[in-house]
Amino acid sequence: MKKTRLNAVHKEAGARMVEFAGFEMPVEYKGIIDEHLAVRTRAGLFDVSHMGEIIVEGPEALACVQYLTPNDAGKLGPGQVQYTALTTPEGTFVDDMLVYCLSVPDKYLLVVNAANTDKDYAWVKEKSEPFQVFVVNRSDEHSQLALQGPLAQEILQPLTELDLGQMKSFTFAFGKVAGIECLVSRTGYTGEDGFEIYTLAENPEVIWKAIMAEGGPKGLLPVGLGARDTLRLEAKLMLYGNDISDRTTVLEADLKWIVKFQKGDFLGRAILEKQLQEGLKRKLVGFEMVDKGIARPHYPVFAGGRQVSEVCSGTFAPYVKKAIGLVYLPVELTEIGTEFEIGVRDRKLKARVIPTPFYKREKK
Amino acid sequence: MYPDNLYYSKDHEWLRLEGEEAVVGITDFAQKQLGDIIYVDLPQPGKVLEAHQTVGSVESVKSVSDVYSPVSGEVVAVNSELSQSPDLINKDPHGQGWIVRLKIKDKAEVNNLMKAAEYEKYLEGLEH
Repeated sequence: MKKTRLNAVHKEAGARMVEFAGFEMPVEYKGIIDEHLAVRTRAGLFDVSHMGEIIVEGPEALACVQYLTPNDAGKLGPGQVQYTALTTPEGTFVDDMLVYCLSVPDKYLLVVNAANTDKDYAWVKEKSEPFQVFVVNRSDEHSQLALQGPLAQEILQPLTELDLGQMKSFTFAFGKVAGIECLVSRTGYTGEDGFEIYTLAENPEVIWKAIMAEGGPKGLLPVGLGARDTLRLEAKLMLYGNDISDRTTVLEADLKWIVKFQKGDFLGRAILEKQLQEGLKRKLVGFEMVDKGIARPHYPVFAGGRQVSEVCSGTFAPYVKKAIGLVYLPVELTEIGTEFEIGVRDRKLKARVIPTPFYKREKK
Repeated sequence: MYPDNLYYSKDHEWLRLEGEEAVVGITDFAQKQLGDIIYVDLPQPGKVLEAHQTVGSVESVKSVSDVYSPVSGEVVAVNSELSQSPDLINKDPHGQGWIVRLKIKDKAEVNNLMKAAEYEKYLEGLEH
């Protein structure tokens, strides 16, 4: 099992560790609910060093990224970030990811899911063959920390020379944090304001400890993968393997906003265009439980007396204090307010389609 | 750590004898494995249970787990406070976080359970 460079720090903090995507990772420290609420109301610090970092570099790097992804990377200038996907020729997901524009048009960083890093690297290498590019998997050298929550800027600012007040959402800059060279981006996977901090340094615990020392008195908590999952679901951010996969198309996942047909050709374009013209047969929607109970991944979903689907993500959501989830339903059942049933252990419980995201932060 | 006056099952329930009755809950180890508990499914009083039969379930943010009756008996009371404050199981698993009270059918069944020292050894074995 792989360890991140922060492994000892987590154990010192009393984290409960689990195996995730081949890494020994902290699942919780104080408890999922406390950690979740800390991120919504104050701030939380995550070790997400398991995430994959793949660099595409060369004179045709932009053309290559454009071909591999449905969103328009041509819109990115240096220092900008975009949410997008690696798509199959069928318009489904190899993965979802962030693209960082390091230099136009010749250097891009792809940040991908830990569980998919090797698969994505092989995919990008293979599909990039026609282009003049080098593809390098730099995942093992990178550590990544995420500082998320309304107090994130206030906690990070004293530790860096970067002017965080000038840094807009989905942009990044290079600078020192706690004396260590980093890439700092205003991004995250929680639905809150915050930063993701990447470094190639061998001692990222210096950054971790400095942030904890600065934020601790303000109510900052270390946060594990347990609350990371409940936070991202409240904000309706996708989890590969649960909500999206190589069997779901980008349009079915309700991510039409990352599909830019006008940019030119890309993998999966033809099928996605056809699907858009013909209309979807099923779509990912959010639901809440009407009856008391909690839906979990893979629980069967019933409508009109027969099974029509199964739950993708499902949990109790600590901030909105409801049992919520995501599910692909036949389009005729996707209208807000539509009721259906979920098999929760030995019972069939009522659930209802509701608007998403389940949680949206108030803009200042 | 584990009180000497309780008996323990391999499924991580505890039992406290009170005359012909037994109070049952889940152990500190079990509550830590589950994490923050948000919902407890309790049985109806009067329900008759065999040993190892499901008495209810305990649901945390991340998972759900059945609670088994350590001995045979009839449910005479449930901890109704758990409907309002399921986190009592996290806060005080061996005390205020009790789950059901049973009228024991056969006291000899208690001998099948572990004492505190044995249970602690059993847990050590699980961690390796």
